[in-house]
Amino acid sequence: MKQAEEVTKLSPANVPDEWFTFIEVDKTEAETVSRPSLSYWKDAWRRLRMNKMAMMGLVFLVLLTFMAIFGPMMTPYDVNVQDRPNQYQPPSAEHWFGTDNMGRDVFTRTWYGARISLFVGFVAAIIDVFIGIIWGGISGYKGGRTDNIMMRIIEILYGIPSLLVTILLLVVFGPSLFTIILALAITGWVGMARIVRGQVLQIKNYEFVQASKSYGAKSGRIIRKHLLPNTMGPIIVQMTLSIPTAIFAEAFLSFIGLGVQAPYASWGVMANDSLGAILSGNWWTLFFPAFFISFTMFAFNVLGDGLQDALDPRLRK
Amino acid sequence: MDRILEVNDLHVHFSTYGGTVQAVRGVSFHLNRGETLAIVGESGCGKSVTSNAIMGLIPSPSGKIVNGSILFKGEDLTKFPEKKMRTIRGVDISMIFQDPMTALNPTLTIGTQLMEGLIQHKKVSAKEAEKRAIEMMELVGIPNPKERLKHYPHQFSGGMRQRIVIAIALICEPELLIADEPTTALDVTIQAQILELFGEIQEKTGVSIILITHDLGVVAKIADRIAVMYAGKIIETGTKRDIFYRPQHPYTKGLLHSVPRLDERGELEPIDGTPPDLFSPPIGCPFTARCPLAMEVCNKVYPATSSLSETHQVNCWLQDERAKQLLAAAASK
Amino acid sequence: MFRYILKRLLIALITLWIIVTITFVLMVSVPGSPFNSEQTSNEAIQANLEAHYNLDKPYHIQYLLYLKSIATLDLGPSIKQPSQTVNDLLGRGFPISFELGMVTIIVAVISGILLGILSALRHNGIIDYLAMGFAVLGISIPNFILATFLIQQLAVNLKIFPVATWSSPMHMVLPVIALATGPMAIIARLTRSSMLEVLTQDYIKMARAKGLSPWKITIKHALRNALMPVVTIMGTLLAGILTGTFVIEQIFAIPGMGKYFVESVNQRDYPVIMGTTVFYSAFLIFMLLLVDIAYGILDPRIKLHKKEGGEG
Repeated sequence: MKQAEEVTKLSPANVPDEWFTFIEVDKTEAETVSRPSLSYWKDAWRRLRMNKMAMMGLVFLVLLTFMAIFGPMMTPYDVNVQDRPNQYQPPSAEHWFGTDNMGRDVFTRTWYGARISLFVGFVAAIIDVFIGIIWGGISGYKGGRTDNIMMRIIEILYGIPSLLVTILLLVVFGPSLFTIILALAITGWVGMARIVRGQVLQIKNYEFVQASKSYGAKSGRIIRKHLLPNTMGPIIVQMTLSIPTAIFAEAFLSFIGLGVQAPYASWGVMANDSLGAILSGNWWTLFFPAFFISFTMFAFNVLGDGLQDALDPRLRK
Repeated sequence: MDRILEVNDLHVHFSTYGGTVQAVRGVSFHLNRGETLAIVGESGCGKSVTSNAIMGLIPSPSGKIVNGSILFKGEDLTKFPEKKMRTIRGVDISMIFQDPMTALNPTLTIGTQLMEGLIQHKKVSAKEAEKRAIEMMELVGIPNPKERLKHYPHQFSGGMRQRIVIAIALICEPELLIADEPTTALDVTIQAQILELFGEIQEKTGVSIILITHDLGVVAKIADRIAVMYAGKIIETGTKRDIFYRPQHPYTKGLLHSVPRLDERGELEPIDGTPPDLFSPPIGCPFTARCPLAMEVCNKVYPATSSLSETHQVNCWLQDERAKQLLAAAASK
Repeated sequence: MFRYILKRLLIALITLWIIVTITFVLMVSVPGSPFNSEQTSNEAIQANLEAHYNLDKPYHIQYLLYLKSIATLDLGPSIKQPSQTVNDLLGRGFPISFELGMVTIIVAVISGILLGILSALRHNGIIDYLAMGFAVLGISIPNFILATFLIQQLAVNLKIFPVATWSSPMHMVLPVIALATGPMAIIARLTRSSMLEVLTQDYIKMARAKGLSPWKITIKHALRNALMPVVTIMGTLLAGILTGTFVIEQIFAIPGMGKYFVESVNQRDYPVIMGTTVFYSAFLIFMLLLVDIAYGILDPRIKLHKKEGGEG
């Protein structure tokens, strides 16, 4: 570096004669990019890690999943065994989150609630992805008449107020976890299908896809090998953002009395049970389910935002 | 001659997450009244940044003019506050953008977009503005101007849209027009028409033009003088004749060889390699790594400006006597 | 434009027909009859029901007559409340719910757009971070949780606002905040991102190159384009607010349609559930249609979709 400094001080007027010799320049060297290149997924992970909020969401969700599995084992209490004499106990060494109107342990019930919320969220999202990819993929890939008809159907479904139909379904078939997930899945995939179709339409015309088409590759293979890997980013983002929607829907339905029934306990049911309690000052019965619904949705939302930024190829730096 | 614009030792830096990009590194040139200067170079060489600097449109706070002056009719634009720049933009200096498909607001009629600058700066009545807008539409060759004013951009073809963009740029009768790649996004036949239009307009209005392009074919049609830019520096300037018939810098020669010519049946020779990373630009001549005649000195010291004539300047070590001897020796072997 | 509206109208009608059909199919598939005498409280209602739903006739006739009664805006009787029809309940409850919904949407749109613009113009500044942090919280906290929290803090503890019911502007504050925060947050985020996208467009650079003031560029050139995506999600937001009124009215004891609806859900008052579902669906579909038309007016590219102006 010392030599370089001396060199910059040299004015063009007094350069030494011996520097006037031709040199061989390695042209390939000029083409190598000076910054290290990373694969798409590695780079996305690197950028996700830099996003503090998204990482906080991810850590929270990992912890929540852990507690949903092991939390209920940490206490001697059963989710549903009532203990009337011990109702409305504030948080203490025996009952970490206190007890509710029936004397049930809120700590235990909270992690049972986490199981329900995470289960509903993930299963509904996976069904969304499954139907969405098939519908959107076929629609975008086939194009023409098929696409037209499939998109009309989506437009019609889009107008259906899904929560209303869900309520109707639950009223008729009786509230259960299965009905809730079924009802959410019937209308939930529409957004996913639109996104997949948009991605497929865009990528379909890329050269590498055109090229494999000209080699006579089968449609199925093109979809599997080329289109899917390249549409994964937006699908993951949409999935992350559709999970809180499903969690909200379950909590909402539980809250109006259409939620899961005993022996299950969901956060929405817990919140509904303790509506009266807040007026009497037993805040903990509402606080814990309310906090965990909100924070879980928050965690999925910030993680989804972070993934969106991290997976957007346009934002690569 | 009357100099309308003089840029001296302009440095523009951008701070990004990856570090500081030295996009323009000491650019100097001038423009005479009524003439057309072409700034030619590959993408990323700093030519668009230079034109944005003249317009005062360097995105702040990431971009900054760190040194140099831009004298417009003797006044330094870099010293002007934003508010004063707004009275210059669109009035004294106008700009045309590359892609006419995106340069027009899709939700406003072209009449609105034509007239708003005029109404803002010249405080004319709506009726007068419309009259002027129709005149401008006629000038740039849009048939049926009165009716077309009420139409939206999507109802025009690409070539027509670029004509409208030109009309918008000219409506306040600016003295300087900066055209940033005005024909790149257009079909070849439309390109020729738009270039002809520039000639006509200059004849009619006497406007001075800075043409930013990577395409020497465009330059050949309408430029009076050419400045060749590479990695944030101007490496050769001259009249059209100077550059096309007596190019000095190996990069300029390379550019000319990569332009297809009708009179020569030779092979098209692309310039190997890519321009240097402007995060840490080389201290010597930036073209060294791609230069067929690179010398040790090129890596170490940036060459001084040598004048071949009053109009023709180049920054290259090959102009040095010692290099000429070296070349002669190599040739005799 | 006319063709565009016609097409939208057609899609709206098909959607509505599908919903009506779904409600019918679900009702006839309820285990046992939803209208049998165990469910109903007296014989007069039973007679009303049988007359309204033509229970003595085969399914396809029932279906056609059901379609006819809906087309004539007759939504049938209630099982649980004697001598009440669904139309009566809607007549009493819907205006209140409509008022709550409209105030909510106006508050959400105005504050959401303002917040979004502010964030975009101060991109990566403190205001941006605060506003977007607030917005993520807003979309994460369910409205019924926010509502109970507001009651507890502002009504019970601090006694600033009344706890419940719907009789003065002061009564509206808490329910509207609880209901508007979510949609406001969604609008703010969308406005911000679409504003940021628009601000990088060439036509904004062009407007700057014309020497227009930042204020004029924001209002005239950026905002209108940035609000297009906001218009498209209005339908979804309205649906969310509408279902939100169910819980909010219940929590605040507001005598709107949402409260009746949740009550009838809990009492399994099938005709009221069916009737409200059909009515609200029709209302939402109509709103979606309005949104589509508004979009067509805002975006000139849609208006002349078929007859392109072409080369002049």
